[in-house]
Amino acid sequence: MAFFLETLIGGLMAGMLYALVALGFVLIFKASGVFNFAQGAMVLFAALAMARFSEWFNAALGGDSLLLANILAFIASGGVMFVVAWVIERLALRNLVNQEGATLLMATLGITYVLEGVGQTIFGSEIYAIDVGMPKEPVMMFENLFEGGILINKEDFIAALIAAALVAGLSLFFQKTSTGRALRAVADDHQAALSIGIPLNRIWVIVWCVAGIVALVAGIIWGSKLGVQFSLATVALRALPVVILGGLTSVPGAIIGGLIIGVGEKLSEVYLGPYVGGGIEIWFAYMLALVFLLFRPQGLFGEKIIDRV
Amino acid sequence: MIYRENGQFKTSYGADQQIFPIAQDRWAVLAIIAFAFIGVPLLADEYMFRAILIPFLILSLAALGVNLLVGYCGQITLGAGAFMAIGAYAAYNFLIRIDGMPLLGALILGGLTSAAMGILFGIPSLRVRGLYLAVATLAAQFFWDWAFLRIKWFTNDSSSGSVSVSNLDFFGWTIDAPAEKYLFCLGMLVVFGLLAKNMTRASIGRQWMAIRDMDVAAEVIGIRPMWAKLSAFAVSSFFVGVAGAMWGFVHLGSWEPAAFSVDRSFQLLFMVIIGGLGSIVGSFFGAAFIVILPIFLNQMLPALGGLFGVSISTAAVSHAELIIFGVLIVFFLIVEPHGLARLWATSKEKLRLWPFPH
Repeated sequence: MAFFLETLIGGLMAGMLYALVALGFVLIFKASGVFNFAQGAMVLFAALAMARFSEWFNAALGGDSLLLANILAFIASGGVMFVVAWVIERLALRNLVNQEGATLLMATLGITYVLEGVGQTIFGSEIYAIDVGMPKEPVMMFENLFEGGILINKEDFIAALIAAALVAGLSLFFQKTSTGRALRAVADDHQAALSIGIPLNRIWVIVWCVAGIVALVAGIIWGSKLGVQFSLATVALRALPVVILGGLTSVPGAIIGGLIIGVGEKLSEVYLGPYVGGGIEIWFAYMLALVFLLFRPQGLFGEKIIDRV
Repeated sequence: MIYRENGQFKTSYGADQQIFPIAQDRWAVLAIIAFAFIGVPLLADEYMFRAILIPFLILSLAALGVNLLVGYCGQITLGAGAFMAIGAYAAYNFLIRIDGMPLLGALILGGLTSAAMGILFGIPSLRVRGLYLAVATLAAQFFWDWAFLRIKWFTNDSSSGSVSVSNLDFFGWTIDAPAEKYLFCLGMLVVFGLLAKNMTRASIGRQWMAIRDMDVAAEVIGIRPMWAKLSAFAVSSFFVGVAGAMWGFVHLGSWEPAAFSVDRSFQLLFMVIIGGLGSIVGSFFGAAFIVILPIFLNQMLPALGGLFGVSISTAAVSHAELIIFGVLIVFFLIVEPHGLARLWATSKEKLRLWPFPH
């Protein structure tokens, strides 16, 4: 029982991390109808920027204040992500308005290549570490309830808390601010939003910026967990089933989907994996999402798809 | 002036429905095919065959298959690499497990296995569509990546997971020289290209296109979506599977599951979209673009650096390749979202009126 709970909690926390990446997909899809394959590359780019800036600032400050260096690096990386968002909107997306979904998807794949190339050219292509002072040691909990207690990774726990805070903040931003309202209007109907005077291009820059910041947070958390390296870009592929499971247009869907996928992956790997040779978590998530889709084609919380002739 | 159809009268239904109704097109295509069969083997050297021509032919075949599904039936797939893998491994198993299995038989059976799997993984398309479907097809990709890596039976229990095929024997013709491989691939491509072209002109292709344009409307006018979508998945997977088997047998010789990774799927989709959705000739353009561009960049960049007196490291070259490749893709999508095939059609239209455009 304790082992099961341990796996379950581990899955939930891994799920929050997936949700963090999935959130970036959802934000951009909601506002511009672009299925942004470049989210993974953005995570890598942001993490690379963060790792290197932190290193450089730390060296410049003489190495006595890691916290200050990290804060400066965070601000600088945020600035870099803003520039990235602006360039993508200006050079690519603005010229691709009204294209089909598949074309936009391919364009973001092209952007992926550019981001990977530029990121590694500027920041280097070695493996870097991000040290933001996340505690690494696991803690025991509920020792009075179960024999031996449950081992919980503190780092995952904090990451999950950050993810939750980010989601809450984003929900507030979407619901309560006028920019958020404009974003939702654009998501509903581009033309209607334009006709009441919402500047579409600026909204898109904002959305890509927000997605860039989300990518930065995801990059920091994933980066401090796994190290900043090229394989970070493939995190996007792990997050895709989360997105379609939760529904492409739903922020809470990304979270719930992430939790379901995280738990499903961990439980399947632990209880099913040994029978079939292990390593099944990557496709199991997709299969899980597929089965969900067969019953709810729009995902758990996606908008209902209505067809008219 | 030259490219003009004045005086070419169609006097029968057959003449009206032929693939190339304009005589100049007909002759040009025949000339290209003749050149490909006779001229190219005389002119090309071994490097050309190995690095460019054979990959181009095989990937054209795969892109053709993907185009039937994505371009004609409108079902986006990101799992094409998996179906190449299924074709390759199935053909391999048929070849080694059944005595006296001819090469062509193994290729066709590999394609049929891939088609069966295509139907299975096409079932979600009956419920989901568009981008949801694209992600759903990734399930096939990751599942088969895993299966060929972990299930030893597929790879004939080889310890490293890599399998190899030697002694390609096509009804007594031993295919081993690069030029022979090229001719074999070319022959297959011509047959399958003709097949694909005729399918898209026939009832089945029209059903696919109706489904692509609007599936609810197609259903209303009496097209069975299940039949149309699953047949598109089956035919497309068959093409892709045969291409995969040829990629393994003819091009690589020995291969590992990594040869058919998700990058391959993306690459095939790129070919189709850059080449032109819903265009047979577009598949060839797309394949040529995607095969040749990286090789070109790889050769050009160090030379270009040398021109300006800068020596570029290999890492920088590979990064620059990524950047230029990505930029070119975005650029092409912006300039001509309908692909190279549309550019081709426009230029043909211009040529018809030349030199008096008004």
